[in-house]
Amino acid sequence: MQRSFIAKNPSVLIFLACLALFTLMVTVLSEGFGVGMISTSFVKTLGKTLCLCLIAVAMDLIWGFAGILSLGHFAFFGLGGYMIGMWLMYERTRLIVVDSLSQAEIPPTGAEVVDAIGNQIFGVVGSSEFPVIWAFADSLFLQLVLVVLVPGVLALVFGWLAFRSRVTGVYLSILTQAMTLALALYLFQNDSGLRGNNGLSGLQNLPGVEASQDVVSLWFLWASALALGLGYLLAAWVVSGKFGSVIRGIRDNEARVRFIGYSVETYKLMIFTLTACIAAIAGALYYPQAGIINPAEIAPIASIYLAVWVAIGGRGRLYGAVIGAAFVSLLSTWFTGGQAPDIPLGFYTIKWVDWWLVLLGMSFVAVTLFAPKGMGGLVDLWTQRRAPNRHGADLGPDDGALREQEARK
Amino acid sequence: MLRLFLAGLAILLSCVMATAEDGAIQPLLQEHREVIAKSSRKTIAPAIDAIAGSGLPQAQRVLETWAAKAMWMRKSDGHFFAGEKLDSKTYQLTDFDSGEVVGTFAKKELKQLKPNSGIRAMIGTALVQFQLLDADIAKRQAALTSIQRDPEAALLAPLRASIEAEPDAGLKAQKQRLERLLTIGYDADTAARVAAIKEMSGDLGVDVRATLNPLVATTRDVAPGTVPDGVNVAATLVPGKDGFPQVEAYDLLVAKGFAPARVTLDDMRLGLAAHIEGATVGGVPVAQLNTDENRARAYAALAEAGKVAPLVTSADVQAALAAHVFYDTYAEPSAQVAEAAEAALEDIALKVGMNQTLDLTLDALSLASIYFLAAIGLAITFGVMGVINMAHGEFIMMGAYTGYVVQQIIPDHTASIIVAIPLAFAVTFAAGVAMERLVIRWLYARPLETLLATFGISIALQQLAKNIFGTQARPLTAPGWLDGALVMNDVVSISYIRIAIFILALIFLGVFLFIMKRTRLGLETRAVTQNPRMAASMGINPGRVNMLTFGLGSGIAGIAGVAIGLFAKVTSELGSDYIVQSFMTVVVGGVGNIWGTLAGAAMIGFLQKGIEWLNPSNTLAAQTYMIVFIIIFIQFRPRGIIALKGRAAGD
Repeated sequence: MQRSFIAKNPSVLIFLACLALFTLMVTVLSEGFGVGMISTSFVKTLGKTLCLCLIAVAMDLIWGFAGILSLGHFAFFGLGGYMIGMWLMYERTRLIVVDSLSQAEIPPTGAEVVDAIGNQIFGVVGSSEFPVIWAFADSLFLQLVLVVLVPGVLALVFGWLAFRSRVTGVYLSILTQAMTLALALYLFQNDSGLRGNNGLSGLQNLPGVEASQDVVSLWFLWASALALGLGYLLAAWVVSGKFGSVIRGIRDNEARVRFIGYSVETYKLMIFTLTACIAAIAGALYYPQAGIINPAEIAPIASIYLAVWVAIGGRGRLYGAVIGAAFVSLLSTWFTGGQAPDIPLGFYTIKWVDWWLVLLGMSFVAVTLFAPKGMGGLVDLWTQRRAPNRHGADLGPDDGALREQEARK
Repeated sequence: MLRLFLAGLAILLSCVMATAEDGAIQPLLQEHREVIAKSSRKTIAPAIDAIAGSGLPQAQRVLETWAAKAMWMRKSDGHFFAGEKLDSKTYQLTDFDSGEVVGTFAKKELKQLKPNSGIRAMIGTALVQFQLLDADIAKRQAALTSIQRDPEAALLAPLRASIEAEPDAGLKAQKQRLERLLTIGYDADTAARVAAIKEMSGDLGVDVRATLNPLVATTRDVAPGTVPDGVNVAATLVPGKDGFPQVEAYDLLVAKGFAPARVTLDDMRLGLAAHIEGATVGGVPVAQLNTDENRARAYAALAEAGKVAPLVTSADVQAALAAHVFYDTYAEPSAQVAEAAEAALEDIALKVGMNQTLDLTLDALSLASIYFLAAIGLAITFGVMGVINMAHGEFIMMGAYTGYVVQQIIPDHTASIIVAIPLAFAVTFAAGVAMERLVIRWLYARPLETLLATFGISIALQQLAKNIFGTQARPLTAPGWLDGALVMNDVVSISYIRIAIFILALIFLGVFLFIMKRTRLGLETRAVTQNPRMAASMGINPGRVNMLTFGLGSGIAGIAGVAIGLFAKVTSELGSDYIVQSFMTVVVGGVGNIWGTLAGAAMIGFLQKGIEWLNPSNTLAAQTYMIVFIIIFIQFRPRGIIALKGRAAGD
């Protein structure tokens, strides 16, 4: 019984259709190409949200399917952003420098141009030399390769160290959190070579592009939508095959999978590295839209929020992660942006800017306690997919959600 | 006529002598009237010396009055008096010798003496000898302090003279020490200086090092041919060796004017720009000047034409370097003194190094006890119960804020701390029990979700604290008797708060061991940890035990919060600053074992201080390297320093 991939995963088609429709609608309503009902800044917010959805898909792969609660995936996201940011900043500064030096009587030598760029970029941290890590910053191609390569290698090395010593469960979570913290602290230093806590800025201006931000924001929206679609497809393909079965097996009972004869560490390492690369690509698309990246973005808290999105959306199903990330991050923007109306209680006025985090924290506890399937569980109600009655046993993903249905297929 | 004048002069002189013998200072002042009235720094020295050296009891008062700009000269006869302002135009004058009021005068009949700051400093120096012998001990101390701050050769003699007569033993010791230091710096006799240096070597005081360091300070110099005579050479240098690169050597030659400056790339560019003729420079088209080779070619052509300074080739550099000798010289002219000072400083450096190690150890101990305090509550909830509590940091914060609130109600700091500690325990115990009952107990089978749920509580609590107390830091003031530090010498010191925290950590360790090993609760906790079902069938209520254990862990976090709040500012982020380190402490030490937590805290504390010592300017880097080290450490001991074995290890 060889069924096609799409036939086995009808949700993929629905998701891609929704994504295409959404992209089309935003394009039509945008200022750049359409009727101008959606402001450019909101287009950027939507584009950024798509990138967050992509990293949420990666998080769902590693947590919902492989059962590894990584609290470090935002580090890979940030690293991807830094890698593309280096080229954007270098190239844009180079154009400015070449332009200003062309006024001089004597044409500049290559070394003079590079020195001037270094002065421009690193003046803010009291230096003018290019650190070694900027060696490839002048080449877009190499820097794009590095977007995937640097976080991938970091994930590979870290994962290899962690998995081979059989660090699992909460220990692994804390270890990944420590990795993120170490990276953030390292980048906060001025001599880390990435401008310390100033970070890289001005990333929204694409070098050599004359088009206005109205148009550029749409390009990025399309690119983000494309990346999300491809990432979703890849993730769905990965989890639908034999590989997916093995990683779900690892999630549900690691020792049993090992005794059956699978190399658990290799599978874990592969999924860890793959998700790190997806996260890095999401980051590389996110930060040019955000315009600035600094080490605070990689603080451990960001990775935990990522887990929150996926948990609220619903682990163990890819569309759940996307819904969770989109819903929570847009809601968060709405509440913290001061757009939500205050609630006067007579003796006290609830300002959502102050109380949103309390609400988020509490709803997070509530979701964990009462709806372990998250918002994705609502889809089950609609499709009338019932959890099998296992005499009161828990059906959270850790204890093997959907195990029986999958077995039946 | 001449004879008459001489006779008059003789009479006048004898008169002056006589009055001087009588102990009047006015004649002495008259003798130096012109210089005093002129008030010029260049010529005033003999006048000040004469007054200070007169041995008259009034001399001190004259100098003080003069320095305070309160000395006036009567224009009619040129006599000097102490003036006091009566109203805007009139002054009352007092005689220095008799101490009586001479009368009141209009301002226009008088001239005020206004010594400038240079002269006042000279007067101050002259005054020191009086102050050192003053009857008032506070004044003697002040004089000594001023010498310490601003040592001078001229002060050595009066200081020496004052030691003998000093009645106060403590002050006498200070004077003797200062005399040794001034001897090292300023004595004319080389042997005496060397002896003083030998005597003071091995002393840890900062002042000793401050005295010795200028003696061995060197300046780099260069001379053509050989080293000139009369220079105290520390070392001769060979360019290109001993950390003295040739570039630096040539720069020194240029700075001293022995060699022409190098043509830098900038100079070259400017030189080329100044000689653009049409579209070429030195025969090279301007558009081609975007490489260094073409620029050099064009510049060489210009130099040949004599339009710009010629390039300095490397052969020129080598020749110039070979023709000169480079050396370091001591600022101190005496070779013997410099040598003795070097030896003494080496001695001191060894001792300082040992003491610094001790100081670092104390620092590390104190940091370790802070980490231990922060982690001990976690060791109970995470280590014993296996429950990850991400809100642990927020319990620490709650404890600190409890302390702050108590201090708002009870202003006395000692009493408020005594009240705050049990209250913080009660508050966080209640919060912990509530959290266990409402949230955690439903999640015992799902540890990863415990982590996330408690994290939700953590962000909610943090934001709640921000809403209630604001974002600015709140002070939690330590009682007065904890202020200050225990100072052993100039290198080793430790503040009392840190000692208190160390003791508190020890107490906690004792309390924890007592509860776990000697009480019913401890027994039941250990039983439930090892096998909840078996424990339940033995009549233990696991739910109750879990609740109480979690409450205990949270309560200890509250007390730790009060302790940490005493030296850190209380903010809503207080807890999250410690949470990762606390987890590290528990994980590195080994879960489920209090000795492991202790070992983990000690390791992390010592490690962090050690790394900070290697790279003192950068605490961020220290934390980064520490975390990297821990990640690697866990590779080798995944279960921590002290790992549980057998059945107690659970899985």
